[in-house]
Amino acid sequence: MVGYDFVPFVEWGTGVEWTLMKVGQILAIVVMLLLTLAYILLFDRKVWAAVQMRKGPNVVGPFGTLQSFADFFKFVLKEIVIPAGANKTVFLLAPLLTFTLAFAAWAVVPIAPGWVISDLNVGILYLFAISSLGVYGIIMGGWASNSKYPFLGSLRSAAQMVSYEVSIGLVIITVLLVVGSMNLGAIVDAQSGGLHTWHAFKFLNVTEPATVAVGVVLFVMFVVFFVSALAETNRPPFDLPEAESELVAGYQVEYSSTPYLLFMIGEYLNIVLMCALITLLFLGGWHLPWGAVNDPWLGFLVFYVKLWLVFFVFAMVKAIVPRFRYDQLMRIGWKIFLPTSLVAVVLVAAYVVFGRGAA
Amino acid sequence: MAITAVAFYTLATITIVSAFLVIAARNPVHSVLFLILTFFTTAGLFVLMGAEFLAMLLVVVYVGAVAVLFLFVVMMLDIDFAELKRGFLSYLPLGGLIGVILVAQFLLVGSAWVSPENAARSPAEFGEGGTAEALGRILYTEYVLVFQLSGMVLFTAMIGAIVLTLRQREGVKRQNVATQVGRRRTEAVVLKDVKPGEGI
Repeated sequence: MVGYDFVPFVEWGTGVEWTLMKVGQILAIVVMLLLTLAYILLFDRKVWAAVQMRKGPNVVGPFGTLQSFADFFKFVLKEIVIPAGANKTVFLLAPLLTFTLAFAAWAVVPIAPGWVISDLNVGILYLFAISSLGVYGIIMGGWASNSKYPFLGSLRSAAQMVSYEVSIGLVIITVLLVVGSMNLGAIVDAQSGGLHTWHAFKFLNVTEPATVAVGVVLFVMFVVFFVSALAETNRPPFDLPEAESELVAGYQVEYSSTPYLLFMIGEYLNIVLMCALITLLFLGGWHLPWGAVNDPWLGFLVFYVKLWLVFFVFAMVKAIVPRFRYDQLMRIGWKIFLPTSLVAVVLVAAYVVFGRGAA
Repeated sequence: MAITAVAFYTLATITIVSAFLVIAARNPVHSVLFLILTFFTTAGLFVLMGAEFLAMLLVVVYVGAVAVLFLFVVMMLDIDFAELKRGFLSYLPLGGLIGVILVAQFLLVGSAWVSPENAARSPAEFGEGGTAEALGRILYTEYVLVFQLSGMVLFTAMIGAIVLTLRQREGVKRQNVATQVGRRRTEAVVLKDVKPGEGI
């Protein structure tokens, strides 16, 4: 952890200047995220369309570039329908919760060297905690709708998210063990030495046999994390909560207009967060394959491009992989990913204790 | 320090009010939701004290896992509110006794109260890595036996839960993925020559 001195959990600044600066940073991140979201949604639809040899949205603006904004206005201007007998407070609280938590997670995500709102020592744990809260928006929304279909949909979705959180947590532990820090900046800087130091490609470091061995384990963990991220964010092929061709729309059945929009923004923001997390944990964050990056602007560009590349794979998976059945989903989560990642934690821990000293 | 004071009083007020509402709310689901809010604000109080690792663990374990399952169960139950209120008087003596014991415990703890200025340890005391590392170092050296023992207790509880819920049922068609994947075209498909007007 060279260059990472102890940082208190929250550095309480004093004065108006500090407060204004933090508010500015938060606003900048939120605006960046919303713009990213608008185009990543369009990108998602375009990729899906291209795979099916369609054109995708192409009417609003040149090549459909303003489609997301048109959708936004459509959502906002529609009437909010609250079902009879619904628990009104919880019904409206649920999408707000999903939306807020999705943004709160970004407080600790470093998007370039030194560009982070709150440089937490336990950053990755904070992310894990916030993402484990995301299930409440779904479960509350389903219950408050006072309807059987959303309720069953929300139970299905919650069970799925709780299951895959377990393997995501264990995968994160393997990375923490290798790096020796829970600070996201430190995790990225551990991968600054080029492609063979990235956690996903550590096995390319052929000079050290022990590192190659642990690199293979980490690559498996990378795959496990990617698939778990798909399941955790309810993306196809694991979109059972809202499988539109077989079921009604899961926990969102009774939602319309702005509350639905909040759910959708929260959901896509979580997907972008998972892409960012994969980039930070396994793909070297803002570092280039051939060396370290220290310039914030270049670093941000590299990070952003990697984020979009990871999302491209997400979109391709959505387009080309058929949907899993629910029991198959649970089987993969509990019987394959959980034991695999548990064994990986033991192996990586053994490497950290014994292998590193010998090498 | 003004910000921390405001944060503390806000969080503390929400904690107390929502803890009260856990028992006061009429709807059990609302009770669980208030319980979750209590956990969450308590985690916030931990953060203010500099115990970031504990705060995150509280959120991950209690809010993220335990309370979700709790909410599951409460939502699935068909709760009759009149039934819920009926046994109030008969449970009163036992409940009162537990309440008295709790109050006595709080008094015992309260007598050892230290004012926050003296009790709060600055995070810098824990050295580089913060409370997570300090906690780990203590758990795996001084208290390693207790730690292992509590792990064994949890393990036993887990096995107990599995034994209690595991039922072997006869005549269940179970899917075997290996045999499904291992099927070949030659053994799975049979070609029949169907004559017109006869069927198979």
